[in-house]
Amino acid sequence: MTAPSMPMISLQGVSKTFNRTIHAVRDVDLDVEEGEVVVIVGPSGSGKSTVLRCINLLEIPTTGVVIVDGSNLTDVATDLDHVRAEVGMVFQQFNLFPHLTVLENITLAQRKVRGRSKSEANEMGMRQLTRVGIPEKADAFPRQLSGGQQQRVAIARALAMEPRVMLFDEPTSALDPEMVKEVLDVMLELAGEGMTMVVVTHEMGFAKAAADRLVFIDEGEIVEVGAPEEVFSNPSHDRTRAFFDKILY
Amino acid sequence: MSEFRSSRDGRITDERPWWDTFPWWSVIIVVVLVWMGCQIIVNDDYGLAWERIIPGLGLTLRSTIYAFGIALGIALIAGTGQMSRNVVIRNLARTYVEFVRGIPMLPLIFTVALILVPEFTDLLNTRLDAWFGWEFKLSFEMRATVTLAVIYGAYMAEIFRGGIQSIPPGQTEAGRSLGLNRRQTMRSVVLPQAMRAIIPPMGNDFIAILKDTSLLSVLGALEITQRARQFSASTFKFREGYFVSAFIYLVLTLSLSVLLGVLERRMTRDRKGER
Repeated sequence: MTAPSMPMISLQGVSKTFNRTIHAVRDVDLDVEEGEVVVIVGPSGSGKSTVLRCINLLEIPTTGVVIVDGSNLTDVATDLDHVRAEVGMVFQQFNLFPHLTVLENITLAQRKVRGRSKSEANEMGMRQLTRVGIPEKADAFPRQLSGGQQQRVAIARALAMEPRVMLFDEPTSALDPEMVKEVLDVMLELAGEGMTMVVVTHEMGFAKAAADRLVFIDEGEIVEVGAPEEVFSNPSHDRTRAFFDKILY
Repeated sequence: MSEFRSSRDGRITDERPWWDTFPWWSVIIVVVLVWMGCQIIVNDDYGLAWERIIPGLGLTLRSTIYAFGIALGIALIAGTGQMSRNVVIRNLARTYVEFVRGIPMLPLIFTVALILVPEFTDLLNTRLDAWFGWEFKLSFEMRATVTLAVIYGAYMAEIFRGGIQSIPPGQTEAGRSLGLNRRQTMRSVVLPQAMRAIIPPMGNDFIAILKDTSLLSVLGALEITQRARQFSASTFKFREGYFVSAFIYLVLTLSLSVLLGVLERRMTRDRKGER
């Protein structure tokens, strides 16, 4: 028997309890293989964002183990900052740094964490800006961009660190409808290039187009995992069916 | 919603005529200042009061600047100390801030200047004397200034804390998710943004310190207010003495706040791209 290859992300029995009373996440087990795209869906308040935030320990799990690229993040001895540099994250509210230009947003961590020179970081920054389609905005401030452009800068900022994993926390939920596609297009392209991605979203179209697996979470628990088409058309749990009945036309 | 009924054609409108929005108050203040200035020049009593009081200007300005500088240092330590992960530092900083903010300034000045500072320097000096055969002398004026600094250090600590906490947690999360450590995130992401929330109220506190140096007169420091009191008491020219001191304070505070306004406007203009 050959040893099974290590998954890129492994959540084992992860629970998160806030204030000792609110059980946001209960006993979640989830493995994500290298190059896999996993989409997490579920009703609001179901704990799907908390699960995602446990992957780079923005949320510290109350119990359970989080292993990313072979490092146990829940171990005190692990250098969290080191692992986080390998895990890019895109937020619902973009969270660009408003006091820095677009290019400075993208080069800050490259220089401080990766130790790249200014010209190296700028070159990588421009490459990522070109990839997300807005190299001409390098010297603009975030405030001067549309929501879709800001989110694409946020993606470029994460990609410039050359992460091994990308996490997306409802990346299109704060966008005006006409800007959703430009962001999803970038994400689709990224998925096509083989990036390991975990995406929390309400965009079922994206899940259908890009997801290898769909995870349905309700009340902090994983209810169902499967191929997107399978889960959409033939959910095996009542809770999953009830959820899709409400959101799918 | 502010409505304004035009008097010309009886039609309701929200556009205000120029005389409604014009800052008449500044005209009034300028007129009063010019009138007071003229009084000092042409009226001998006012002129005499001016001559006797103006030597206090140096002490007022000096103690304002020193007190502000020292308070800034104390505030930085106490303000960030309140957010420290160390439970001892956090609680010490909080205790200091709550103590000072909970006591009115006048009794606090007596307590700090007449009890705490002398006892602290005495304590320090017995050690210094034993070790180095040298004593640390704090001039009377400096003692008063340190008192103001200790008080304003607590007020300004709250400005630091408020400014840092006004930055949305998403900013810290974005920094940390990129692999920046706590200190790097604070230095490169949070503090530069917090400064924009911190600088305007700091400027206001500078002006407040300038005004509160007048409280040091209760300690006998020969600043503007104390000199005005002495002049009035010795000549019975109360009106002249207090008018002149009010004039000096007004000129100082008004020109400072104009300066601050320019500074703030420049700050917001430089980085128009920001929120």
